[in-house]
Amino acid sequence: MSAPVAHAHHAPQGWIRKYVFSLDHKVIGIQYYFLGLFSVFLGMSLSLLMRFHMVNPNVSVSWFATLWPKAAAGGVMTPELYLSLMTMHGTIMVFFVLTTVPQSGFGNYILPIQIGAEDMAFPVLNMMSFWTTFIALVVMVAAFFVQGGAPLSGWTAYPPLSGAGSLTGPGEGMGQNLWIISIAIFCGASLMGAINFIATTVDLRCKGMTMMRLPLTCWTWLVTAILGLLGFAVLLSAGVLLLLDRTLGTSFFLPAGMMISDTIITAHKGGSPLLWQHLFWFFGHPEVYIAILPGMGVTSQVLSTFARKPIFGYKAMVYAILSIGFLGFLVWGHHMFMSGMNPYSAMAFSILTMCIGVPSAIKTFNWVGTLWNGKIHFDTAMMFALGFVSLFVTGGVSGIFLGQPALDLYFHDTYFVVGHFHMIMGVAAIFGMFAGTFYWFPKATGRLMNETLGKIHFYFTFIGVYAIFTPMHYLGLAGNPRRYSAFTDVEYLAGLIPVHQFMSWAAYITAAAQIIFVINLFWSMKKGAQASANPWNATTLEWTVPSPPPFDNFAGVHPVVNHGPYEYSVPGAPKDFIMQTDPPGVPSEH
Amino acid sequence: MLLAPVIWVLTIIISYFFVAKTWWFPPPISAHGIAYDAQFMRTLVVVGIIFILAQFALGWAIVKFRSDGGRAAYSHGNNQLETLWTSATALLFIGLVVMGTKIWASVHFDEAPPDAIPIEVTSKQFAWSFRYPGPDGKFGRTDLKLVNDSAGNPLGLDDKDPASKDDIVSASLKVPVGKPILLKMHSRDVIHNFFVRELRLKQDIVPGMEIPLHFQADTIGLYEVPCSELCGLGHFQMRTTMQVMSEADFQQWMQQQQAQK
Repeated sequence: MSAPVAHAHHAPQGWIRKYVFSLDHKVIGIQYYFLGLFSVFLGMSLSLLMRFHMVNPNVSVSWFATLWPKAAAGGVMTPELYLSLMTMHGTIMVFFVLTTVPQSGFGNYILPIQIGAEDMAFPVLNMMSFWTTFIALVVMVAAFFVQGGAPLSGWTAYPPLSGAGSLTGPGEGMGQNLWIISIAIFCGASLMGAINFIATTVDLRCKGMTMMRLPLTCWTWLVTAILGLLGFAVLLSAGVLLLLDRTLGTSFFLPAGMMISDTIITAHKGGSPLLWQHLFWFFGHPEVYIAILPGMGVTSQVLSTFARKPIFGYKAMVYAILSIGFLGFLVWGHHMFMSGMNPYSAMAFSILTMCIGVPSAIKTFNWVGTLWNGKIHFDTAMMFALGFVSLFVTGGVSGIFLGQPALDLYFHDTYFVVGHFHMIMGVAAIFGMFAGTFYWFPKATGRLMNETLGKIHFYFTFIGVYAIFTPMHYLGLAGNPRRYSAFTDVEYLAGLIPVHQFMSWAAYITAAAQIIFVINLFWSMKKGAQASANPWNATTLEWTVPSPPPFDNFAGVHPVVNHGPYEYSVPGAPKDFIMQTDPPGVPSEH
Repeated sequence: MLLAPVIWVLTIIISYFFVAKTWWFPPPISAHGIAYDAQFMRTLVVVGIIFILAQFALGWAIVKFRSDGGRAAYSHGNNQLETLWTSATALLFIGLVVMGTKIWASVHFDEAPPDAIPIEVTSKQFAWSFRYPGPDGKFGRTDLKLVNDSAGNPLGLDDKDPASKDDIVSASLKVPVGKPILLKMHSRDVIHNFFVRELRLKQDIVPGMEIPLHFQADTIGLYEVPCSELCGLGHFQMRTTMQVMSEADFQQWMQQQQAQK
């Protein structure tokens, strides 16, 4: 070994190794981001079609017939087409947006730099994990184009609806097979990613970066990776079993004595539909935290930066993240209060569910505590972080109703649930992504996003998502079941159609406003104002390197960390922030 | 800055519709329903206070602590406050669950009274069947091979079994008022869900399982039963009704059904 001199690693030359099959975590992070951006627009388009159909179930639209000659013959969407749009909306949003962007997109780009590493621990595995995700997306979208179309069993794919083949409905043939295969591939990709994130965080922290000096973003990415490692392994197994039931005639989830549309099923006996629900939700509940934890991390980071104050209760935040991760594996049964499982277990799941509300409440208190006595700057990143807190509160409190099995006796599978999870796991998580985009865009591009467009987009989106998703709670109170393609047959639903019309219009307008964001994103890449290396006067390691950072992040220099992650407004310090790498002499508590 | 009034106005609008009850539960028709509503209101008050306080505090912080060029107060938090709000929320949340336990227990832990009228529920894509055992009090044998909807035998009742002869099968549910009812629920194909808003009751029906559900309806009337678990393309049309009748009307209906067999 030669003497330890700083030597920079250089990027590979050639377009393909640089931008397509890149090993650079920053390029892979951006690839994930754009995969998510494509997916979120696809998923959002599907939701607009759904919202249109629900309030216009019999209206003919000529281009529907062009898109779906069979499922929308004559331009009128069939109920089965509605259900396949719904299935694909949920699946694409949960897996290819909410799982992919906050963790694999932002985490990939930022985590190694924030902990002072040159790259992820396993760059080749990282590249494979992205391209495996890409294949999963291709297979998922292919389900639209096979005989019978995409599956109609929802993103939860409960058997026997999803397990007994095309007898149960169109889309339950090849479409459902492709759905399962895509999810299995996705699980593989997520497992690779999870291992990489854990190894990187544990092993590659630079000198002085103790666990209790990690930015909260890194804590959330680490815990999310652990959730992914344990959760996706179970979903992968469950998916394989479901595929075996469908193709090889096994009976993991299918009981004896079934008769589906006049056909007596003799090929299956002894399986349990509830087994799938247990396996699915053992993954599915932690998945909620996979979607939201990184958003919590970004929100903490952004609130502290723009309030110019240390995060309130850093240790409490870390323990809250850890307990959310731990308890997240003990509450899956609250999705199954009405499922026919042992009603005594509902009590245990209910108490544990309320327990997980406690660290969530702690985080909210600490965010408000961080703002208290701060000096808040209202850049767009901060607006979205503040919006996140508001939506997190609104989406969180409805969980106090749903977590009680007694109250779930009415609310289960109504729009109250749809409103709850869209608020918290859908839009709150997406606000985390918007905050992250505005916050780290200058790091990745060397340019700032446009603030005026950013604020206009923020207000449209913030008011828009409230207008779309709060009325769902009222619909739930009135007993409106979810996953109905039309409100024509159950009589009491007729009176609720005006509420649905309001929500549909709110959805069209809010979706249109997202074009402002896309314009801002692409325009600012080319024309945005030049950003300095540290435009927000922030403290963490990514702000010590040029924008965009060099191939190996620190140009061969090994950073040394001397301070905690959120040293803002330290009395006696020359500036109102102390960077983590500033020399130790500067006054600081950590 | 504008964000604070936006948050406040949204909070007021959202809260208004919960207070005005513009879209609301239909009135309950059972003792369980009344207990349910009380627990809902308790939760609503607690949740409402948390929701309004949190949103107003957020808005207040936005207005009050905006940058004026000076330095923020330097603080890493306050352990006493952390302990206080951790224990307060834990007590509040778990307290609510404990208060609701009785309601859950009365539905799921308590057995149906021994004199409850048994009714067998069978769900399939996308229809309901309700079977009454008839005067002998016994459900007769059924066989899937005998199922024939057009011949009026949707459950495949086996005529060779004398116990089947007096069984009554109906596409909608009829129950006498003020009498305990015990539903024994089966699904033939996929998972369905039995839901009556006015009873504040909901239960999945799972193939391969018999799931019991007991209740007592105290108000005469006609109530809708919408399927509440995704069951396929006709899910939104899978609707039936529950008619709560006077004892005399119920007996008369039973006799008419017997006579028609």
